[in-house]
Amino acid sequence: MHVPDGFLDAPTSAATGAVAVAAVALSLRGARRELDDRTAPAAGLVATFVFAAQMINFPVGAGTSGHLMGGALAAVLVGPWTAVLCVSVVLVVQALLMADGGITALGTNITLIGIVTVAVGWTVFVALRRVLPRRLSMVAPAAAVGALISVPVAALVFTALFSVGGNVSVDLGAVLTAMLGWHTVIGIGEAVVTGLVVATVVATRPDLVHGARPLLFERELEVRTGAVR
Amino acid sequence: MSTRRLFAVALVVSLLVAGVASYYASSHPDGLEYVAEQTGFIDAAEDSATADSPLADYETSGVDDARISGGLAGVIGVVVMLVLSTGLFWVVRRRQPHDARAEHSQPEHSQPEHSQPEHVHQSEA
Repeated sequence: MHVPDGFLDAPTSAATGAVAVAAVALSLRGARRELDDRTAPAAGLVATFVFAAQMINFPVGAGTSGHLMGGALAAVLVGPWTAVLCVSVVLVVQALLMADGGITALGTNITLIGIVTVAVGWTVFVALRRVLPRRLSMVAPAAAVGALISVPVAALVFTALFSVGGNVSVDLGAVLTAMLGWHTVIGIGEAVVTGLVVATVVATRPDLVHGARPLLFERELEVRTGAVR
Repeated sequence: MSTRRLFAVALVVSLLVAGVASYYASSHPDGLEYVAEQTGFIDAAEDSATADSPLADYETSGVDDARISGGLAGVIGVVVMLVLSTGLFWVVRRRQPHDARAEHSQPEHSQPEHSQPEHVHQSEA
């Protein structure tokens, strides 16, 4: 859902630009806690993979398509603060190098794809991790549900921005219905890709999955208790 | 699987996805474009200021073969992403996460790697 230049007026684009700058600044501070010598290169690869995956548009019927946004995926793999930075770097490279997404719309795209999908994906994931059985096998399904929900919420936020600062006056109800409908279908693709990638990394190296770490810690505690007895 | 091997696999997968698989991606408009067409605000879209850049729209200018043009743009993008993002995260990361706590009495602020003091020890002995 890369927003091109021209969809939103200047004040709205300036506002989302300010939101993006603030979020990136906060994330630079927050990411310090998530990144060390081992996870920093992992985060670089997650950002690189999200860039590559965003090149793959999958058909979602009736002449339209969607691609991974990657916010939920990155949040579960490397942590939410780092994830905002991952997707932001992707969006900057796409806008500057590939002319994918506008330049004045960069703040809007960072807000929608970088902030909203990470915040929603991570919040849903953490909530599910709390209620689901505390097992590693639950990490990928929880990530997939977070991904599924993150996409229509981003579509909802775009529609809200468009209702405030859209450069064309159109039937907002029609925009809302169509955006939510299509992006719910795209969200299924987002969920499938996110679930498969997270499941693969959890199966090979669960210690490298940020969202799986509390579960690993618990597993270690159980072993130690047994050893003492 | 070793960390290094997993990272290598992730890089190869990214290169293959961007460099090869991207050719088979759907060329239909994405969800937002499609909705903009259907509800009548697609004409508000303006060309990006970077629309004439050599890799605009994931096509390498001057390369006619669509498969190579798109694949090359994808591979260049992956390399740029890897350098930029890994560089950023390497700068942002916290230094010596474990040693800082373990060796509280002997803070070693200037040592970037904990293997380095061991090296010094060996050469002294």
